[in-house]
Amino acid sequence: MNTTELHARREKLAREFQAILPAESVLYQTEDLRVYECDALSAYRRLPLLAVLPDTIDQVQQVMRLCRRLSLPVVARGAGTGLSAGALPDTQGVLLGLAKFDRILEIDANKRIARVQPGVRNLAISEAVSDLGLYYAPDPSSQIACTIGGNVAENSGGVHCLKYGLTVHNIQQLQVVTIDGDLLTIGGPGPDTPGYDLLALFTGSEGLLGVIVEVTVKLLPKPESARLLLAAFDQVEKAGNAVAAIIASGIVPAGLEMMDQMAIRAAEDFVHAGYPRDAAAILLCELDGTEAEVDAHLETVRRVLTEAGATGLRCAESAEQRRRMWQGRKAAFPAVGRISPDYYCMDGTIPRRCLPEVLREIARLSSEYGLPVANVFHAGDGNLHPLILYDANKPGELERTEEMGGRILELCVSVGGTITGEHGVGLEKINQMCVQFNAAELAQFHAVKSAFDPDGLLNPGKAIPELHRCAELGAMHVHQGRLPFPGLERF
Amino acid sequence: MDHSVVLQEQVKAALGAGTPLVITGNCTKEFYGHRVQGRRLETTVHTGVVDYDPSELVVTVRAGTPLVQLEQLLDENGQMLAFEPSSFGGRASVGGTIACNVSGPRRMVLGAARDFVLGCRVINGNGELLHFGGKVIKNVAGYDVSRLMTGAQGTLGLLLEVSLKVLPKPEAEMTLAYEMGVEESITMLHRWLQQPYPLSASCFDERTLWIRLSGSSAALAHTHRRLGGQAVSDSEAFWRCLNDKQHEFFGDTGPLWRLSLPSDCKPLALPGKWLYEWNGALRWLRSTASADAVRRQVEAVAGHAMYYRGDRQRIDTVLHPLDPRLVPIHRRLKQAFDPERIFNPGRLYPDL
Repeated sequence: MNTTELHARREKLAREFQAILPAESVLYQTEDLRVYECDALSAYRRLPLLAVLPDTIDQVQQVMRLCRRLSLPVVARGAGTGLSAGALPDTQGVLLGLAKFDRILEIDANKRIARVQPGVRNLAISEAVSDLGLYYAPDPSSQIACTIGGNVAENSGGVHCLKYGLTVHNIQQLQVVTIDGDLLTIGGPGPDTPGYDLLALFTGSEGLLGVIVEVTVKLLPKPESARLLLAAFDQVEKAGNAVAAIIASGIVPAGLEMMDQMAIRAAEDFVHAGYPRDAAAILLCELDGTEAEVDAHLETVRRVLTEAGATGLRCAESAEQRRRMWQGRKAAFPAVGRISPDYYCMDGTIPRRCLPEVLREIARLSSEYGLPVANVFHAGDGNLHPLILYDANKPGELERTEEMGGRILELCVSVGGTITGEHGVGLEKINQMCVQFNAAELAQFHAVKSAFDPDGLLNPGKAIPELHRCAELGAMHVHQGRLPFPGLERF
Repeated sequence: MDHSVVLQEQVKAALGAGTPLVITGNCTKEFYGHRVQGRRLETTVHTGVVDYDPSELVVTVRAGTPLVQLEQLLDENGQMLAFEPSSFGGRASVGGTIACNVSGPRRMVLGAARDFVLGCRVINGNGELLHFGGKVIKNVAGYDVSRLMTGAQGTLGLLLEVSLKVLPKPEAEMTLAYEMGVEESITMLHRWLQQPYPLSASCFDERTLWIRLSGSSAALAHTHRRLGGQAVSDSEAFWRCLNDKQHEFFGDTGPLWRLSLPSDCKPLALPGKWLYEWNGALRWLRSTASADAVRRQVEAVAGHAMYYRGDRQRIDTVLHPLDPRLVPIHRRLKQAFDPERIFNPGRLYPDL
């Protein structure tokens, strides 16, 4: 399609959507669409045919019906902070922006819930209920900007998952609009619902099953006390062993984070969090609960860390110091962004016991590819974020980075882990899905998708690869002694 | 013993013959759904802990393993299944527990069985052995089939193996009792729940509220001072007895309903005897009221009711009828996993 044809098609479609939406809610000029060309994984960019910005559920239903009728792909988008190109538009489809759904509809302190629209920011929920002594537990690092609808679609985590769970553990009910334009209530105000657990199925489904238009989240009372310990180690292995020792002592920390030397230095130079620049690794261990409990656990963890060979141990003495110590960790990605023209963030999860082995292999890959890696690790739940440093302006470097990233993810799968802990598959990790799942498993995923979206219009090409794509990749994944795609031709 | 290959052959044979299969463990939860006609598929041979490293807080176990055996292993390592499932007199299997999403007193604080399921191996209705999720706490690759299987009562596939997140056992627990009525209990509990008290269970009837505290000894003593209440002598026995339906309330053999509701809703106007758990969100009702009457009342507060025990002739469906808007999706999901309808057909609802 040439530019003139494309523009004519856009104008024609825009008229269809303007019949059901206010004119200003339909964007089809190239410069207006530019805003939506990528999410936070900006290496992937493309323009949708048009973007629509409804602000009522009824409008979303009408948009979906029209898309179904015209067989137009639909990609839903919150704040666009996703890191896997999950909100990357479809060039032949509609970008459905949900930013206007930004109202908190109900706060019920007695029930400890908040009913909110999908475009409400994660942190805005905790801020709105703070005076009631409550908060919303999942706290992805992007919480200042990311929206709750996106959190549900990705099953987002954060630094407190080990103790407080992921999004799926902290929501109660969803309102979703199907591709047919039907409005469904999934979950409910009671502890369980009859029939299948559609709430769990929807959470983390990356916009492939329906569009989330309302979320009821569970709130928790703010802990009476929270203390943060920082331990320095002269070897990464020692830090890894210390993590296992803390868990083995019977304590579940509220947060347990690890950073390697490159990440420590980048963060320290950026926010001056007071991190020891010469340490090989640091652990941040947060304990929360009642005063009495936290005091007791603090003593135990100090002892465990010392026995594990910590070379330095520091406890935040004030709320301000604690905030600053966390800030270093939460700003680790942008901090690395300052020391390298570009960086590529991976998101594998591994059994914690495999950490030393996996870090050694990542270091080996780093020298093989000549690309430095900074490691940031949600040590409590095994979620590893290696940041590969590269320069997109150097020819071929992005391709090498992606290849190396793919090998890191395959490494995570080979030790019994997963290619994505919290960022989602999106478009980015679609090839690695062929490594983690065999053809029958992928076919089962497609069958689930068809139960909701038989024509495959919702976020097509994301999250679950087509079987022929895996075969073409030649990912000769041997799963339990079987070849994954025995019935398919190989190229 | 790993019997997955044998089980897979049995499923394929059933597929070939077009015979439905009744997935059977130790038959402790047949009453959770409708009776299924078909050939029994015994899972009790498929037993054993496949992987357990206490420092990972994850255990992987075959479906036929007796629940008490798993709990004993965890206990020896100072850990527990945090959703506190009933063992149904010591006979329940892990597979049945997960398939029915069985959760006990700790559910309202730490979560239900589905909250602790990390991964599973299943045989689907095409006779394929599939693996979803994994042995790690954070995992968002692919749809969450493992949690979808939880509570599906085997209608979407045969559970072979599950990976579960486990937690350390609390250092200490104590149970406190208060003399108060139902409405006051609901009010008090919801006031306390907005504070960071270490509450881990609650139960009340028209005369008494019992709460359980879990945590460090210091935290318990401190909370007891603040909340008052009479310490109950054998805390563990009290909750075990309640969880295993050995509490005197369950002694009667008449119709028993299990109601799942918003925790703070007022007592419902239905005749009968009541026992409340999960801060008021789980309500047991011994009543001869009609199914229509019970369902009308719970639907008015967006809850649901299961006919837990009693004469099955009296009712059309054990579980609460589905929201009609969700029925087509349920049917299509059944079709997606079990197109020939060989796994427990009709157990949940007639057309699933």
